[in-house]
Amino acid sequence: MVGHVVHKRLYILVFAGLIGLTALTTGVAFIDLGKWNTLAALAIAVCKASLVVLFFMHLRWSSGLMRMALLAAFVWFAILVALTLSDEFTRQWTPVPSSWEARMQQNVR
Amino acid sequence: MHSSAALAEQFDDLEQQHESSSFGMWVFLATEVMFFGGLFTAYIIYRNFYLSAFEAGSRLLNVKIGAANTAVLLCSSLTMALGVRAAQLGKKKLLITFLVLTLLLGLAFIGIKLGLEWRHDYLEGFAPGVNWTYHGSDSRHLELFFCFYFFLTGIHALHMLIGVGILTTLIIMAGRGKFSPQRYNPVEVSGLYWHFVDIVWIFLYPLLYLIGGRY
Repeated sequence: MVGHVVHKRLYILVFAGLIGLTALTTGVAFIDLGKWNTLAALAIAVCKASLVVLFFMHLRWSSGLMRMALLAAFVWFAILVALTLSDEFTRQWTPVPSSWEARMQQNVR
Repeated sequence: MHSSAALAEQFDDLEQQHESSSFGMWVFLATEVMFFGGLFTAYIIYRNFYLSAFEAGSRLLNVKIGAANTAVLLCSSLTMALGVRAAQLGKKKLLITFLVLTLLLGLAFIGIKLGLEWRHDYLEGFAPGVNWTYHGSDSRHLELFFCFYFFLTGIHALHMLIGVGILTTLIIMAGRGKFSPQRYNPVEVSGLYWHFVDIVWIFLYPLLYLIGGRY
């Protein structure tokens, strides 16, 4: 036999956890926590994704090679988001020449 | 020399063969992260731009259907995981049962998503470019939210459809006795793909339905 055979009970436990977290994230969305709503939703989503990756996708029992592939995916996605956001957030830092400003106003119509 | 018919000749042993196929799928999934990542990044940026419109759009989606569909997809992930387990143990009938269950749950998800939700959004006049009847001051920004909604859920649904095709193939292969505890790599890697599509939805559900706030 090849690969690690996971106990049936563990799969069912993970599944119960996933359903529980889905109920939790849905419930939290109905409570006003201000900025924390978004953070809670994303944190719970990361927990759920981790459960799926570790147990359903067997990463817990996989070799470093698989972990590297997942890490690479994360790092590249982080670069994509970080560079895009850094452009977005720093646009206001340098003043726009007034001649450009006038042209932009024209383009807006 | 071949130690068994299950081992392709380019591999040293079954363990290496198993790891090679899994690694191939993991690398493909990494490219899929980038594929969805572009849309997710664009969503983050535009959500920052037009926060109030995106929050309003989020509240227009039916959270009950979204939650129910999440549960359906999680069930299908469980049956897929149990299917892979059945393949590992060489239980052919059990494998086919779980694959069929996964297929049916996948189809249920697509049915709810496209047949119920999309149809409802279309009839309500929230389909940009096709049937758009909303005329508020932030109509254009709301339209953008719904563009993201249809593209993200549409591409996800496309992945589900591809998954349904893969599952159908697996069921036929399993029926012909193509899998053994020594060689069930197609089931294993299809499982990885199916769980990945599940993970995409795990992020789509809060991003589209929940973070606008429901209070």
